[in-house]
Amino acid sequence: MKNLIKSTLTLLSIIIFLGSCSKGEKKSDGILASNAAEKVYVKPGELDEYYAFVSGGFSGQLAVYGLPSGRLFKVIPVFSQDPEKAWGYNEETKPMLMTSHGFIPWDDAHHPDISQTAGELDGRWVFINGNNTPRIAKIDLTTFETTEIIELPNSAGNHSSSFVTENTEYIVAGTRFSVPVPQKDMSIKEYKGNFKGAMSFISVAPTDGKMNLEFQILMPGFNYDLAHPGRGASHGWFFFTTYNTEEANSLLEVNASQNDVDYIAAINWKKAEEYVKAGKGKKMATNYAHNVYDEHTHTATSTMKKEVLVLDPSELPGLVYFLPTPKSPHGCDVDPSGEYIVGSGKLSANLTIHSFSKMLKAIENKKFATTLYNIPVLKSEEIVAGVVEQAGLGPLHTEFDDKGNGYTTFFITSEVVKWKLKTWEIVDRKPTYYSVGHLMIPGGNSRKPTGKYLLAMNKITKDRYLPTGPEVTQSAQLFDISGEKMELLLDFPTIGEPHYAAGIKADVIMKNSKKYFELKDNKHQYVTKSEAETRVVRNGKDVHVYMTAIRSHFAPDNIEGIKVGDRVFFHVTNVEQDYDVPHGFAIIGANNAELLIMPGQTETLVWEPKQVGVWPFYCSDFCSALHQEMQGYVRVSPANSNIPLSWSLGE
Amino acid sequence: MRHSKIIMIVGSLMLFSLFIFPLWNITLEAPQYPEPLGMDIWINKVTDGNPNDIKNINLMNHYIGMRDVPVDLKEFKIFPIVILVMAVLGVLIGIIGKRKLFLFWGFTMIVLGIVGMYDFYLWLYDYGHNLNPHAAIKIPGQGYMPPLFGAKSILNFNAISLPKAGAYFMIVGITFSFIAFFQAKKENKKLYY
Repeated sequence: MKNLIKSTLTLLSIIIFLGSCSKGEKKSDGILASNAAEKVYVKPGELDEYYAFVSGGFSGQLAVYGLPSGRLFKVIPVFSQDPEKAWGYNEETKPMLMTSHGFIPWDDAHHPDISQTAGELDGRWVFINGNNTPRIAKIDLTTFETTEIIELPNSAGNHSSSFVTENTEYIVAGTRFSVPVPQKDMSIKEYKGNFKGAMSFISVAPTDGKMNLEFQILMPGFNYDLAHPGRGASHGWFFFTTYNTEEANSLLEVNASQNDVDYIAAINWKKAEEYVKAGKGKKMATNYAHNVYDEHTHTATSTMKKEVLVLDPSELPGLVYFLPTPKSPHGCDVDPSGEYIVGSGKLSANLTIHSFSKMLKAIENKKFATTLYNIPVLKSEEIVAGVVEQAGLGPLHTEFDDKGNGYTTFFITSEVVKWKLKTWEIVDRKPTYYSVGHLMIPGGNSRKPTGKYLLAMNKITKDRYLPTGPEVTQSAQLFDISGEKMELLLDFPTIGEPHYAAGIKADVIMKNSKKYFELKDNKHQYVTKSEAETRVVRNGKDVHVYMTAIRSHFAPDNIEGIKVGDRVFFHVTNVEQDYDVPHGFAIIGANNAELLIMPGQTETLVWEPKQVGVWPFYCSDFCSALHQEMQGYVRVSPANSNIPLSWSLGE
Repeated sequence: MRHSKIIMIVGSLMLFSLFIFPLWNITLEAPQYPEPLGMDIWINKVTDGNPNDIKNINLMNHYIGMRDVPVDLKEFKIFPIVILVMAVLGVLIGIIGKRKLFLFWGFTMIVLGIVGMYDFYLWLYDYGHNLNPHAAIKIPGQGYMPPLFGAKSILNFNAISLPKAGAYFMIVGITFSFIAFFQAKKENKKLYY
């Protein structure tokens, strides 16, 4: 009996041992795959940990994703018209897209950056630059709507933008193209020495966020590629990478790649403020648009500004220094401490890292190699902190984690490389699919980056998704960076071309997110706060319809007395006061768009009927059980008819 | 002052809490309302649980032909006067200190409470049954009367009806009048010894 028990026990333990072995093997095989899925799985009904604001590139918009899930929540219209939200189509938002070149319905949106207080993201606003017709936009993160756009004079190819200083003192915007300043008719061949690059410093009022172009620094005619602010000890400085320091005006792929060294321009903006205060700036006549959307009138206004203050660094010592950096540097990134400035020479295999403290010492001891346009060029050996050797090909951008590591993207070798600050050794490298441009670590451009996720944004996807004809999606890839080695977790498609992105902990923003607009605070010129106030008013050929929308009808919903040739303004107020109850307004033959009106908001659609008849309109947002019944008619009579204006509901 | 008198006076004064706190609450839960809709019923008014709740309850209810939640019931004029009179009366009785009057006040309050609840029931019944014949959604045999007390499922909503702070204060106030009655009895015995 004893033996039987013994042998049974032995057998059992062997089975258990074998079982655990095979189980263990299986696990080690599947552990990565299953872990990756678990790490990005946000259960239905649960919320993501981070917001990611990913630029839409040539779509001109800004996409809002959740991380780690990669789910798309909203596409915020910024620089491009959006018929879905009537952005740039309704009367209220048309002024937002005004510029000195008139109404511009598209732009190329590049680098979002979130506002900061004391070097940390405060989540009040996100700023983004329009590259093509230079503009900076501000998006309010309580409404997730673009509320201000300022055009930049003297700028062209607004690429080294829109980066935020530690306390959101300034949004800084450089210029990719140098141009004649002021613009004039001259030969392109006279570029060298005559064109200028304007660096714009836009202040942000701490209370309401109102932007103002305070001053511009007129730099030599290089191309200014990217930028980042100093922080901590280097707060008060701004760093811009340059290329085409050859000042070529044609075939730049060759002619702007001749110099072995270009520069990082270090601009002392605190010094600039002193010069401005001392009256050293020059007022220059110019013309640019400043567009502001008011949350209470729900209406934007566009103002043309006629003057800008400019500073000339060749006449103002101590304002700008050049830091020699190899081979057309692209990304210009500052580590969380503010000590290290990384220049990614995109035609170099190495990363050059400058030391801010060494730079200050070199300036103090006048260790100048030469001067360019009277601007000192510091001696390279005096300022370099270190070099990450042979890291890859085509370095573009660097972000940092909270553990003293840098992460750099390499476009040509299509990878992200992790390296250590101070020792400059490479820790890890992971391929991206394919040709990565920017990368983003939430809190990246701040003193407090997070060390959990890294989002790499790819220019090319080829075979990574189901094919969709010649044009395929671009993508973002999420890496887990909490361990020593990076781990690819997720691949997801993006809108447009994702350039930079900005990420932030969700709880900083979500608690401030507005649920609806207070109807009682609506100060729109044509607001209708109750059905009793609805009416139709003729003023010559303009007809104003004061309309309300509530579940599930418009008031009025029968309108007669409109004539061919009239311009009908439908001023629709959504009189709901509940979360997530927008109403749409669509009318047959509208040459513009629909309206999508949030509760408490008023929007205006212009309709110019061209044909006699009885024409329907309806709610285009499934608002309620009787949404399909939310409809009405407008009777359009011949131009010479004398049918009186009348309107009704439920008669 | 004798303890019984103090208890009686404090109990009566508790009625004033009805002007500070709502008496009752009706909450409507539904999947589409992660933050439920609700309204607080006071002796003199009905107010939103969260801002605009009544407006949104009315909006929902108009589909099934229910009237708007009344904001100017005649009860809202009568109840405050009754409560005010009873509170003052209670204090006077407390000062007079006759224990039989304590009992009288307590029972009067119970009767008034029952009458009030019955009135509330009638109002709820009317609100839930007196429907617009042209309503968009008509379900034969379906009533929409919220429960007087507790929870009840009405179409996609779960309606919950429960007393709030004002009601509890009132109950405690009434209880105090009975405690005062027994306390007075004790005190009287002591006096005789």
